[in-house]
Amino acid sequence: MELVEAIILAVLAASTPLLIAAAGELVTERSGVLNLGVEGMMIVGAACGFAGAWLTGSIFIGALFGIVAGTMMSLVFALMALGLAVNQVATGLALTILGVGLSGLIGAGFVGERITPALHLYIPGLTEIPLVGRVLFGEDAFVCFSLALVVGVWWFLYRTRQGLILRACGDNHVSAHALGYPVLRIRTIAVMFGGACAGLAGAYLPLAYTPFFIPGMTAGRGWIALALVVFSSWRPGRLVVGAYLFGAVTILQLHAQGWGVGVPSQFMSALPYLATVFVLVLLSRARTGGSTAPAALGTVFVPDR
Amino acid sequence: MPAHQPMLDPTTNGLYSGESPLLRTIGLTKRYGDFLANDAIDIDIWPTEIHALLGENGAGKSTLVKAIYGLIQPSAGEIFWKSQPIVLSGPSEARSRGIGMVFQHFSLFDNLTVAENVALGLDGRESFKDMSARLEQVSKTYGLPLDPKREVWQLSVGERQRIEIVRALMQDPQFLILDEPTAVLTPQEADQLFIVLERLKAEGRAILYISHKLEEVKRLCDTATILRGGKKVETCNPRLETAASLARMMVGGEIKQVKAAAGRQTTVPRLVVNDLSLAPAEPHGVRLEHISFELKGGEILGIAGVAGNGQDELFAALSGERLSKDPGTIVIEGLAAGHLSITQRRKLGAAFVPEERLGHGTAPRMKLSENALLTGHAASGMVHHGFIDTAATLKTVDRATETFDVRKAKRDPEAASLSGGNLQKFIVGREILRNPAVLVVSQPTWGVDAGAAAVIRQALLDLATAGAAVLVTSQDLDELAEIADRIAVMFHGHLSAPLATSEATREKLGLLMGGSTLEPKEAAHAVGA
Repeated sequence: MELVEAIILAVLAASTPLLIAAAGELVTERSGVLNLGVEGMMIVGAACGFAGAWLTGSIFIGALFGIVAGTMMSLVFALMALGLAVNQVATGLALTILGVGLSGLIGAGFVGERITPALHLYIPGLTEIPLVGRVLFGEDAFVCFSLALVVGVWWFLYRTRQGLILRACGDNHVSAHALGYPVLRIRTIAVMFGGACAGLAGAYLPLAYTPFFIPGMTAGRGWIALALVVFSSWRPGRLVVGAYLFGAVTILQLHAQGWGVGVPSQFMSALPYLATVFVLVLLSRARTGGSTAPAALGTVFVPDR
Repeated sequence: MPAHQPMLDPTTNGLYSGESPLLRTIGLTKRYGDFLANDAIDIDIWPTEIHALLGENGAGKSTLVKAIYGLIQPSAGEIFWKSQPIVLSGPSEARSRGIGMVFQHFSLFDNLTVAENVALGLDGRESFKDMSARLEQVSKTYGLPLDPKREVWQLSVGERQRIEIVRALMQDPQFLILDEPTAVLTPQEADQLFIVLERLKAEGRAILYISHKLEEVKRLCDTATILRGGKKVETCNPRLETAASLARMMVGGEIKQVKAAAGRQTTVPRLVVNDLSLAPAEPHGVRLEHISFELKGGEILGIAGVAGNGQDELFAALSGERLSKDPGTIVIEGLAAGHLSITQRRKLGAAFVPEERLGHGTAPRMKLSENALLTGHAASGMVHHGFIDTAATLKTVDRATETFDVRKAKRDPEAASLSGGNLQKFIVGREILRNPAVLVVSQPTWGVDAGAAAVIRQALLDLATAGAAVLVTSQDLDELAEIADRIAVMFHGHLSAPLATSEATREKLGLLMGGSTLEPKEAAHAVGA
């Protein structure tokens, strides 16, 4: 029992940054923008988040630093890909390269420093609920927040008019423009939201996961978050399932090594991507019509005026 | 001047009726760089009026309505709405003032439901539930049935247009702009639309109606404004004009009458299709069902039908973009060709002009000479020992330019830089200059202005006169009536038996396009028995 709970908690911790980053990217992609720079925004968020927490001693301010840093990075992307209508794939890749370098620069002075990690929640009444209580309300606040975030994203996309407009931009930007919606403004906001989430997800790593900063500590989680969005077929509900599945694979990989199971760790690391390819194949076979991905995803839009 | 008297008259349903126009533009000008898309246009739209806006492609019709709908800002000039000067910040302001628009290229979202699409066109002041209820009510009132829960990709073109119209009507507009609404409809669907428009007019609304179909304009519209080269040429009563006189005003001169040479002889069968059935390649494609026809040299066969009934699939099967398992289903020049590739079919003497000019007919970012090479490499002596004969490709461009009056900025520009009509003339010219035995052409004059369309139709007729077999797929019944010897109709992947053009009335074709069969005698017997 103890072991099961320990594994569940470890999976939760490993999955949370994936879930937060993927929720942001899902909103970005639903507006029709493909930002491949998640890894770059996350790593800058990690460096700035740690710097903020170390300087002020507050995890909360650290998280805010991460959010702001991720948003700033996404604004670079928005300026290039939306303002100047540059190819989104190239801009996203460039953003990741920029982010990796920038985080090394920002974090150089903090390598080897330690902070007090985010405290675990204790909500009287809720945390004591058997099994579920410890898992949902006994971890750090990020875990709770990530689930609330996904619910919020779902509610926004499917229950609000603004969410409908955002989905419309992702489906057909020409039509959205013809109806008088400010496509580029909406997309910029969606990109910024994605950046804020990626920054927070990055900051989670040094603030809660491991209480120190090392360069390159996101270790490909941004790419897994991107794969996760595709895996979820752009639906928030499936995003949660996918995030915990991918998180579990990460944990399994560590334990498998510890137990000396004869599966190469490289194969385990590749599993999330293999699963994504598998889901894409399933989706395209099961497709009855329409398109699963936002139809305008990754296409450049220049309004005529 | 009545124009400047405030004439707001709160009649029963809040509609405006006055002695001054509902909408008036004075000197409306839109400049793109050096190019004047609209040059000082004055237009008056009155309540209870269907006002036609006519002009060739590039005459400035779309620019004018975009300015009236607030999508673009005019460079100069004024717009008066109920005698008040207005500056529209965007379509939502136009909508809130009572101006609605139905776009030519639908502004719909394929992966959203009908109700969501309608909601996006409204201002969102009511709840989604109230909006859905009102949607049902409006669609019932005007006889435009819609299922609010279906996603748009599942709907036919006619249904999609219904969404656009219902969406516009739900704003209760006093002024409705329709951009070529009947281009995609069957004659029966168009008739239903006219009933709705007449009703809207009777309710006191004004309608601005853009169309290329002059007979339709004469039948429906009270006033017509004609644009040419960005300028207003004339405002007239279309009922007092003839189609020919309207066309003259649009073009600014006589349109060459398309004329078939007398005594055209049909010769041997050059394209034969035997019981061709083919499963669709795409999830929503149409399955071709037992298609058979025979096309002789010197003959033009027209294929009519609403888009999406298998015409694209038939074109792909004939051109060799999709292969048939049974070689005998398609016979070109007496040789079984169902299994042959496009290049092999070209070598047999076939030529193909697809519907989509950019991306299918030509590679948009490649030069015309390179595009000539792309279809001519196998059979037109443009390649020697694997090397491109650049001089020969350029010569093809020059010949096409000369023969078909292709207007372009330089000798060998990129395909995408040509206007639609000129590019189409080039593509048709490129294929005809190869002297094909069989020409398969899809929508030869879609979106092409009257002058260029006449050139292309004449070229097809001349090719048939020279002995080639020509297969024309078109949604424009007037075009088929003008050039085809026989007309068959595609519906749900089936091809009807061809009718001689003289017997193919609009009613008969319309019935076939809607999926009915033409067996009135048998039907009568059945009732009698």
